[in-house]
Amino acid sequence: MTMLGDRQQLAYIASQAADARVNVELETEGMTLNIGPQHPATHGTLRIICRLDGEQVVWAEPSCGYMHRGYEKLTEVRTFPQVTALVNRIDWLGSFANEVPFILAAEKLMGIEAPPRAQVIRTILFELSRIANVGLFLGDLGVQLGAVTPVFLAFRDREYVLNLIESATGGRFHPNFDRIGGLKDDLPAGWIEETRAVMKKLQGFCDQMEDLLFGNEIFLARTKGIGIIPRDVAMQYGLSGANLRASGIDHDLRRDTSLPMAWNKADWKVWTHTDGDAFARCWVRLQETRESCKIVEQLLDVIPSGPIMTKVPKIIKVPEGEAWVATENPLGEMGYYVVSKGDLGPFRVKIRSASFNNMSVTPWLLKGVYVPDVITILASLYFILGDLDR
Amino acid sequence: MSSTETPEATPVVDTDRDSFVAEIRARLGSAVLDSFVKPGDDIWIRLAADTWVDSVRTMRDDLGLDYFEFLSAIDWMPSPFGKGEEDPTAEPAEKDTTIRQGYAGGDTRFQVLLRLESLRGKPAVNVKVDLDDSMTIGSISSVFAGANWHEREAGEMFGITFAGHPDQRNMYLPSDFEGHPLRKDFPLLARVIKPWPGIVDVEPLPGGDEEGGDE
Repeated sequence: MTMLGDRQQLAYIASQAADARVNVELETEGMTLNIGPQHPATHGTLRIICRLDGEQVVWAEPSCGYMHRGYEKLTEVRTFPQVTALVNRIDWLGSFANEVPFILAAEKLMGIEAPPRAQVIRTILFELSRIANVGLFLGDLGVQLGAVTPVFLAFRDREYVLNLIESATGGRFHPNFDRIGGLKDDLPAGWIEETRAVMKKLQGFCDQMEDLLFGNEIFLARTKGIGIIPRDVAMQYGLSGANLRASGIDHDLRRDTSLPMAWNKADWKVWTHTDGDAFARCWVRLQETRESCKIVEQLLDVIPSGPIMTKVPKIIKVPEGEAWVATENPLGEMGYYVVSKGDLGPFRVKIRSASFNNMSVTPWLLKGVYVPDVITILASLYFILGDLDR
Repeated sequence: MSSTETPEATPVVDTDRDSFVAEIRARLGSAVLDSFVKPGDDIWIRLAADTWVDSVRTMRDDLGLDYFEFLSAIDWMPSPFGKGEEDPTAEPAEKDTTIRQGYAGGDTRFQVLLRLESLRGKPAVNVKVDLDDSMTIGSISSVFAGANWHEREAGEMFGITFAGHPDQRNMYLPSDFEGHPLRKDFPLLARVIKPWPGIVDVEPLPGGDEEGGDE
């Protein structure tokens, strides 16, 4: 046992104390990093407060409500047909898809169904909104990871789809086209041929995206293994859409529920991925865009002839009851729980939007990731602020 | 509609759902206060408030309802304000103020509504639970982590306290906001300040006869 002299011992204690002081200084509070509400990666106005330890996030909390418009309250003073104009604005990139589940819920309460022709056209427009929405996601994803080209291509090719939606419905962003009992109008002349040509183009766009992004080493390095959501966590938080399927859960409402829509008339595949990371989520979305193009192409061949509206009274009163209808929207599962009291308007509407559940996982998911990965994870979860705040 | 003679596709008896309700009743016992099955559509059950959290855990673990869909609440009181669409010149109509709960019944003005689905092929279930005047119910965020945000939202919008919630702050509203917007007795200010412009044809023309004016 070596004996330390008094001097040495004092020096040792002093050095230990100095170390401790430095450590204390380094470990105090950490740094708080504020992302948003105007950050481009937040697709609107979302604020995320992260507490950092060095480069690592130790705590993160999204702060929502900058875009809250109180739709659940507003629906209570609207009549049933008026509600579609509101819910259009929930997920503004895929507006038509928002109208469908609400209209289906109202039809379910009334015990009516749209005629077959309207069902097929609804499905086509639904899938077109998905292509417009997810197509933009693929471009946006690139720009958030530092690749600028994809976003130009995405905006260019989304325009073709928006033009189609506009020529059929009259509205580029907010079609407000779905009616209780059918659709507002029939398709314009020449629309089917035009759509076929655009679907060809869009499949080319998907291939291009695959080359540009999914074969890119930087993209792979920044997304593989980042933000892994295990299967049971995905179910606990009620994630839906591509976020759920990227965690290996084979669940797609288009296939798994029997709604009066036309998805079962086409031959398509539900893609899943086992990794659950950011790459898997993006990859599943790319495949889904392709499948949507295929669905639209096939449905164009089977549009039956016949009326586009079933007989509904001029003034629509929905019988008393409660109904839940959810569809597989571009962002995930979107559902409406509609309570009617036999009145002109709904008594209560609970809007279950995909982004709300998808984002509720972020406090858990962002713990322990590095700052640049925060952006990757947010981009790959893919939320729309209107859908989060409603 | 009248042209086709085929009977309604909806089956009158839904054996799948009926047997699942029987299974739930057998497993949860007296915690199930009421149930309702709409054939070919959905299941509604109403649970006792005191065993709420345990019942939900049992439904997740033993009954295969493993997918959290949403949690919210319903205020069954008819709105005292109407839709703001009444003719302002007419006598205010008698308002029906009776509280009528929906499927699976209820005893209280407020109910919490939870929907659980199953990814193992079981039917989905809408679960309701009555909220007494204390407006307090156990938090299920320990059972379904996703309920955390939903309970925060329902809490601020309806004024519900979720006992055992890890961090029940306001989700959307400012922290000093007074009132609970989704309660029926919370006025929609836009309609109170100015009547809905859709009723414009009952307003007198400017410079026309003044009798019908309400001001």
